[in-house]
Amino acid sequence: MPTINEKLTEEIRTQAKALLANGTVAAVIGYSRGSLPMTVKPTVVRTAEDCGKLVWNSFCVLNLANYLPEVLKSVEPPRGPRDPKPEGPLAKVAVLATGCWSRNIVVQTQEHQVDPERVVVMGVASRGMVSRRKVEEQFAGREILTVEELDHDLVVKGADFEEKINRWSLVRDNCQTCTHPDPVLVDVRIGEPASERKNPNPFQQVDEIEGKSSEERWAWFTSEFSTCIRCYACRNACPLCYCPTCFVDDAKPQWVGKSLDAVDTGLFHLLRAYHCAGRCTDCGACESVCPMGINMRMLTKKLNKDVLNLYGVEAGMQPGSPLPLTTYATNDPQKFIVTEAKAVKEGV
Amino acid sequence: MTSETNMTSETNETAPWEPKIIAFLCTWCSYAGADLAGVSRFQYPPNIRIVKVPCSGRVSENMILSALKSGADGILVSGCHPGDCHFISGNMFARRRFPLLSNLLEFVGIEPGRVSFSWVSASEGEQFAEIVKTVTERVKALGPATRLIKKIDQAA
Ligand code: SF4
Ligand code: SF4
Ligand code: SF4
Repeated sequence: MPTINEKLTEEIRTQAKALLANGTVAAVIGYSRGSLPMTVKPTVVRTAEDCGKLVWNSFCVLNLANYLPEVLKSVEPPRGPRDPKPEGPLAKVAVLATGCWSRNIVVQTQEHQVDPERVVVMGVASRGMVSRRKVEEQFAGREILTVEELDHDLVVKGADFEEKINRWSLVRDNCQTCTHPDPVLVDVRIGEPASERKNPNPFQQVDEIEGKSSEERWAWFTSEFSTCIRCYACRNACPLCYCPTCFVDDAKPQWVGKSLDAVDTGLFHLLRAYHCAGRCTDCGACESVCPMGINMRMLTKKLNKDVLNLYGVEAGMQPGSPLPLTTYATNDPQKFIVTEAKAVKEGV
Repeated sequence: MTSETNMTSETNETAPWEPKIIAFLCTWCSYAGADLAGVSRFQYPPNIRIVKVPCSGRVSENMILSALKSGADGILVSGCHPGDCHFISGNMFARRRFPLLSNLLEFVGIEPGRVSFSWVSASEGEQFAEIVKTVTERVKALGPATRLIKKIDQAA
């Protein structure tokens, strides 16, 4: 009997083929097989014949929304920066999307990076993606040659071993705490819809850090980011980071130095996370691509928690409404403001 | 403000430590409030270094962190009371962003009280002096800033 992923792969290929063959879309963004175990390659398919390349499994950790603006541009007729927009509708692009990726497409729409009329969302309910790092940690010191996926287990094989392990135990932290696995936008449904997942406290890891003392938190921050090599893979993998010039590349003023100085690295991470405030969907792409295994997602998760508590918004969940930081309410909380009255009360 | 000079290095070894506080003041209200405090001769601690900005909404997290990196012991951002913004809503957007930043800084271990925010109008000279006193006392109680400061000589 085919596994869940084999069935999904088949369905993706059929649907992509149909969309390309009948001319609905000019390109499909999906995944094809990677060259190493537990990897897949983000791939743009432009002909019906190529659809056989597409695959779906638990290692699809990159956020495909990241490629959407560029692929949309690639299917437009070439024109100079000052040329008028061509007459008539522009070609469409189909993209595979899980819960979080579809929410990123909503954010891209809110930020006018993507024209929703030109996007066909092939919605897949996510079962949680597996962390390659977690698997490698389980098999530390042994070389993994292949990983086969069954419905609820992974079969990990090396030259002299073969072990079956439970899939969910290896699922990424962000997927384990996710409550919205089903896409918020669906034009073409792949597989079965998933219901909302119950999670009494998706922010437990954040709460644990908040519970520490200021000294302990500083110690956590400095040690967590001490191994960062400033490769910016976390930024490049993120669909929110589309700035033509990122603040890290600004030279005048230079907000952060280019060295591996711990303060510069810390500032990079604080500012990058802050730029994602109210926009981050906790897709985990940033964390998955980090070559050093840094959990920089804790910072964005903290911001997600505050945005939800202060402004009642989860990024990408309300397609029609503005982003939380591009709007305001006259009664927004302002307990943090220093007032003269407070000064009197505190007796200082 | 964006220069790489290390403000801490200016400190005289023998004199008692006095905090350096960078105050980003909106030109339409808090800056005028500071001016009024001056002409009305309300005393306030001389620890603040004022940076005049067009609106509290103009103060980006980059600017606040740059000041910390350069060795500021405290930061004060002050704008117009909600509803009084010269640009109608700049301070309202600022009010949404500021708690996120100060919470994030606390989250990574920056002591609460290093970064403060206030609303001071152009007619509130006395209030301005009071707020500067409060902020300075808080920063004094925390002692010199040691976190997120870039030490030029140690840079790799
Ligand atoms: S980190 Fe900030 S400035 Fe850099 S690309 Fe991302 S959003 Fe833009
Ligand atoms: S910051 Fe990380 S988790 Fe958030 S949207 Fe970007 S890649 Fe995804
Ligand atoms: S991907 Fe990892 S190592 Fe690279 S810049 Fe981000 S946190 Fe640092």
